[in-house]
Amino acid sequence: MIHSLFLINSSGDIFLEKHWKSVVSRSVCDYFFEAQERATEAENVPPVIPTPHHYLLSVYRHKIFFVAVIQTEVPPLFVIEFLHRVVDTFQDYFGVCSEPVIKDNVVVVYEVLEEMLDNGFPLATESNILKELIKPPTILRTVVNTITGSTNVGDQLPTGQLSVVPWRRTGVKYTNNEAYFDVVEEIDAIIDKSGSTVTAEIQGVIDACVKLTGMPDLTLSFMNPRLLDDVSFHPCVRFKRWESERILSFIPPDGSFRLLSYHVSAQNLVAIPVYVKHSISFRDSSSLGRFEITVGPKQTMGKTIEGVIVTSQMPKGVLNMSLTPSQGTHTFDPVTKMLSWDVGKINPQKLPSLKGTMSLQVGASKPDENPTINLQFKIQQLAISGLKVNRLDMYGEKYKPFKGIKYMTKAGKFQVRT
Amino acid sequence: MTDSKYFTTTKKGEIFELKAELNSDKKEKKKEAVKKVIASMTVGKDVSALFPDVVNCMQTDNLELKKLVYLYLMNYAKSQPDMAIMAVNTFVKDCEDPNPLIRALAVRTMGCIRVDKITEYLCEPLRKCLKDEDPYVRKTAAVCVAKLHDINAQLVEDQGFLDTLKDLISDSNPMVVANAVAALSEIAESHPSSNLLDLNPQSINKLLTALNECTEWGQIFILDCLANYMPKDDREAQSICERVTPRLSHANSAVVLSAVKVLMKFMEMLSKDLDYYGTLLKKLAPPLVTLLSAEPELQYVALRNINLIVQKRPEILKHEMKVFFVKYNDPIYVKLEKLDIMIRLASQANIAQVLAELKEYATEVDVDFVRKAVRAIGRCAIKVEQSAERCVSTLLDLIQTKVNYVVQEAIVVIKDIFRKYPNKYESVIATLCENLDSLDEPEARAAMIWIVGEYAERIDNADELLESFLEGFHDESTQVQLQLLTAIVKLFLKKPTETQELVQQVLSLATQDSDNPDLRDRGYIYWRLLSTDPVAAKEVVLAEKPLISEETDLIEPTLLDELICYIGTLASVYHKPPSAFVEGGRGVVHKSLPPRTASSESTESPETAPAGAPSGDQPDVIPAQGDLLGDLLNLDLGPPVSAPPLAASSVQMGAVDLLGGGLDSLIGDSNFGAPPAAVTTAAAPARLGAPVSSGLSDLFDLTSGVGTLSGSYVAPKTVWLPAIKAKGLEISGTFTRQVGSISMDLQLTNKALQVMTDFAIQFNRNSFGLAPAAPLQVHAPLSPNQTVELSLPLNTVGSVMKMEPLNNLQVAVKNNIDVFYFSTLYPLHVLFVEDGKMDRQMFLATWKDIPNENEAQFQIRDCPLNTEAASNKLQSSNIFTVAKRSVEGQDMLYQSLKLTNGIWVLAELRIQPGNPSLTLSLKCRAPEVSQHVYQAYETILKN
Repeated sequence: MIHSLFLINSSGDIFLEKHWKSVVSRSVCDYFFEAQERATEAENVPPVIPTPHHYLLSVYRHKIFFVAVIQTEVPPLFVIEFLHRVVDTFQDYFGVCSEPVIKDNVVVVYEVLEEMLDNGFPLATESNILKELIKPPTILRTVVNTITGSTNVGDQLPTGQLSVVPWRRTGVKYTNNEAYFDVVEEIDAIIDKSGSTVTAEIQGVIDACVKLTGMPDLTLSFMNPRLLDDVSFHPCVRFKRWESERILSFIPPDGSFRLLSYHVSAQNLVAIPVYVKHSISFRDSSSLGRFEITVGPKQTMGKTIEGVIVTSQMPKGVLNMSLTPSQGTHTFDPVTKMLSWDVGKINPQKLPSLKGTMSLQVGASKPDENPTINLQFKIQQLAISGLKVNRLDMYGEKYKPFKGIKYMTKAGKFQVRT
Repeated sequence: MTDSKYFTTTKKGEIFELKAELNSDKKEKKKEAVKKVIASMTVGKDVSALFPDVVNCMQTDNLELKKLVYLYLMNYAKSQPDMAIMAVNTFVKDCEDPNPLIRALAVRTMGCIRVDKITEYLCEPLRKCLKDEDPYVRKTAAVCVAKLHDINAQLVEDQGFLDTLKDLISDSNPMVVANAVAALSEIAESHPSSNLLDLNPQSINKLLTALNECTEWGQIFILDCLANYMPKDDREAQSICERVTPRLSHANSAVVLSAVKVLMKFMEMLSKDLDYYGTLLKKLAPPLVTLLSAEPELQYVALRNINLIVQKRPEILKHEMKVFFVKYNDPIYVKLEKLDIMIRLASQANIAQVLAELKEYATEVDVDFVRKAVRAIGRCAIKVEQSAERCVSTLLDLIQTKVNYVVQEAIVVIKDIFRKYPNKYESVIATLCENLDSLDEPEARAAMIWIVGEYAERIDNADELLESFLEGFHDESTQVQLQLLTAIVKLFLKKPTETQELVQQVLSLATQDSDNPDLRDRGYIYWRLLSTDPVAAKEVVLAEKPLISEETDLIEPTLLDELICYIGTLASVYHKPPSAFVEGGRGVVHKSLPPRTASSESTESPETAPAGAPSGDQPDVIPAQGDLLGDLLNLDLGPPVSAPPLAASSVQMGAVDLLGGGLDSLIGDSNFGAPPAAVTTAAAPARLGAPVSSGLSDLFDLTSGVGTLSGSYVAPKTVWLPAIKAKGLEISGTFTRQVGSISMDLQLTNKALQVMTDFAIQFNRNSFGLAPAAPLQVHAPLSPNQTVELSLPLNTVGSVMKMEPLNNLQVAVKNNIDVFYFSTLYPLHVLFVEDGKMDRQMFLATWKDIPNENEAQFQIRDCPLNTEAASNKLQSSNIFTVAKRSVEGQDMLYQSLKLTNGIWVLAELRIQPGNPSLTLSLKCRAPEVSQHVYQAYETILKN
């Protein structure tokens, strides 16, 4: 099982170590540093690194490497999932997950890590339960603690730990009972030169924020559940009921959680809401190139596209660009060759465009790679797959909760090749 | 307000200050001090000097303070064992506390204090906690048993904790069940033979029930445990599959992959005609696709596993090609894996799309990725015949870009395309030749030279081209030199008149000026061939080449089946069985897929049935590297010949063998069919005469030199099956190992009165998977009193079952009269592989690492050998001397050997001059082989 954990910052300092079994010397990280040196960028460090006596599994989040050390055969996904859970927990506890914050709260971090694993076996990884065991630091509590001498370690056995619904604590009370659901869809797509779709898929999630008194039992039904053939559920969802009736039935955890994530990959179901018209030309033996892109809406079901940002990594040979946008602002960094254009809203009557010239390195031949255009955008009030919630019912409690459902579509990895 | 203040003091008297604060009367101050100590500890500062002071703070009602002190104890108890004892009483008291949280915490912490003296005190409280009324305490105690086992395994067994743990599998609380399973699995890992997780239908049912209710991590443990179960029939397999399938929709990817493992394994038992089989196949695709939208690290592990799944059951993902398309900002390790899978999934239906993508990738920035993409285009051409033309034109387009590394990669793959489709795309040669000058990598140069040599007759200036390479012959890498030698000989055979000088030059460069034995040997062989019989030379050098396989890097089916059992583990990431790499992978337990139960397709004999791998489907695979035919035909373009001493010597032996057998007959022939003296032959011998003789004697020297080494010791044949037991058929035989292949030398004698025909042979499953590599071939019927001798090649890829004794082999021989069974013991040294020499450092590390209880000592009596002779003798049977040391008049030989299934055995052989007894100490992770290795030593040394 998981032996040790090292946290390493981007400059290569180990700033926290935790051992769940015998102590592993931090020199084991040298192998990691070697790999880090070989990889050109932090993102490219391979996640599994063998060393003579151990294996190092790492994830890179918030500019911190979380490196787990294992000695025997352990499912790597298990370790990586756990590391993600550590990151999420830190974020949940401290708001952000960064080196200074971890250092500021080192004792809580240590206590939390101790609760998460026992001898390398996961113990309590649900943040609900962890927070009952070890209260997250708040300024108010620190002040109170210093005055009264009480601690931020709970002395009650976490109630959820052993019940049939380990994700929910008992005795929850709210004056305002509310349940909000966000249906968020991200489109990942690759569009080729001619504008036709190479691949397109939708990653959808339903995030919930439920603040309900007692033990509510919720059911959520969809207008078109047939869309969801590839889903992953939060453990609270009753799978049998979904299998037979296509209804989500569950006792929700208290607070925010991800109810389900789904995946729509059938190409014909994925509508592409924007298009990009581009004409980028480099000419041999000329120091000027032409650059022009236009962004426009397509299949948006009448909704406005907002928050549009276009970025593109230009080839090395481009020295500078002089461009004029019809709207929004743009920047070009001549060092990293990164072009970024913050477009804002798209007005279908007047399509935003960006045109101008590029000055190229004199004498250099035509670059052999063409820049790929990256697109970000948001569409409110629309789930692009067409998913719609039919109704939400509550059983088991008497009061009437306030319910709300929001839809949103975003660009995930949306790339246009030129 | 924050904890960072604990880091600020770095003054000299820091420890002193902390000490004072720890002994303070004020609770608050004490706690702050302990926090400072913990903070220093987390960043690796040594605060062990404060041990007694911190332990003093332990007796407190404050839970946080208690926890902090526990944290400290766990870290430092090892370095201060005596002090740690002081804490024991508090632990024992805490285990009785009315608060279950404190009971659990105490038992948890005690297990983490890795001090032998403390463990004794732990037993009683642990026993109580295992039976605690509170499940939270029970589940913590279950893990504690695993901890204790890690510290003192014997104690755990003596105290009967293992049985208690097994009882916990039937606990009413799912969390307790999951932890008990996890603890047992971990313990079982260090005891491969023990039957800790003895699963039966009842316990399986318990596990499946717990599976639905426990935490995600518990589900992983339970699923991994289920995967080791062997259902008794297909109905049971199906019902388990049905209950596992819902796990595919879990949000935790590790749960999903573990479920995939169980399904992939049990699916093997389901009949393909079943409706359920099809449903299951369909259900497997979406979760695998979903894994690819997770974080890149998860994607990587998922992709490595999908790579296995695609090879085993391509039908699952055949429609999902597009999800493997590469995004330009994927990390490089994800890109390379996706590319690999894309090629595996490429088929006629989707090839157009794939090619368009690959072409796109070939213009990206990352060099490694671009290279792989170009190579992938070539692989597509070879895999999907219909696309070959398009692939070639794509490659030509890429060559036109003149990007150096793209051109080189393209040339390397075009060579493979020529091999696969001879005489089809030669029109592109001209374009290739234009880029000759830009090639600077050995592989590309070698490929280009091969092309020129192969198509010498179509390239007008082939001689000029090759000559230009010859100028810097000695600066080229071996690969290029070998290639150049062969290409020029080919050219000479095709255009003898103009190229005599060139061939002379290259032969003398190769034989006289080169230090490389491979090159020299090949030079001599060509020289001798050319000088004695050009016709034969033509037949040998320009022989038709075996076709190359479609998929060059498929994982071997038996390994693939084993790896399928390890989906989701490190083994699946490395595509190697765990025994090959996991430190302390004491297990020789090879997992195998369950045999398919009677379905319409399994008409094969049970011997070959598992895996259901169609062995007949891949007829045209390139012979393995080092294969003799391949060597001569010069197909060694694959992996570069890095020549460690061992590999080189085996190649030498190969060459010598060849000269002994193959060429002599060639030369013998030439006496009869004297070639219709071509003009060139008349001239050639005259000029070549002198060097040939010296060359020949050189060769023969080599023969005599190597001859003694050319194979391991062969025992004389013994009678295995007496005639009276087998209706007149007498079989005697022995086992031999030569140049990496094992064979069974048999002598069949017919002592009956009737003619015997239709011989066949089959082995029962055995410890090392020995199986006949070819059918038994007795060409003519065996008439009465006739004896026939034959050699049956064996391989070690058969099914494995542990036999008693280990080297027992049960054989069935059939003829027209009856089927006869006998069993024989094979000497273990036939299983010692040629690459069994361990690196010194590795040897030392491994020797230390193997626990002492695995060491076995033996005496070899009456063996008056000196060190040198013993070492040589053993070496010829693939027991390699890693190091030698002389201590007090004794010679110590440190030796290593490796068995065909990858088990390493390390040996120390003590030889005292004048004393005929040798002492042999063996260390091995699988101690059961030691006895047999000792026997092998004895046989080898005494003969």
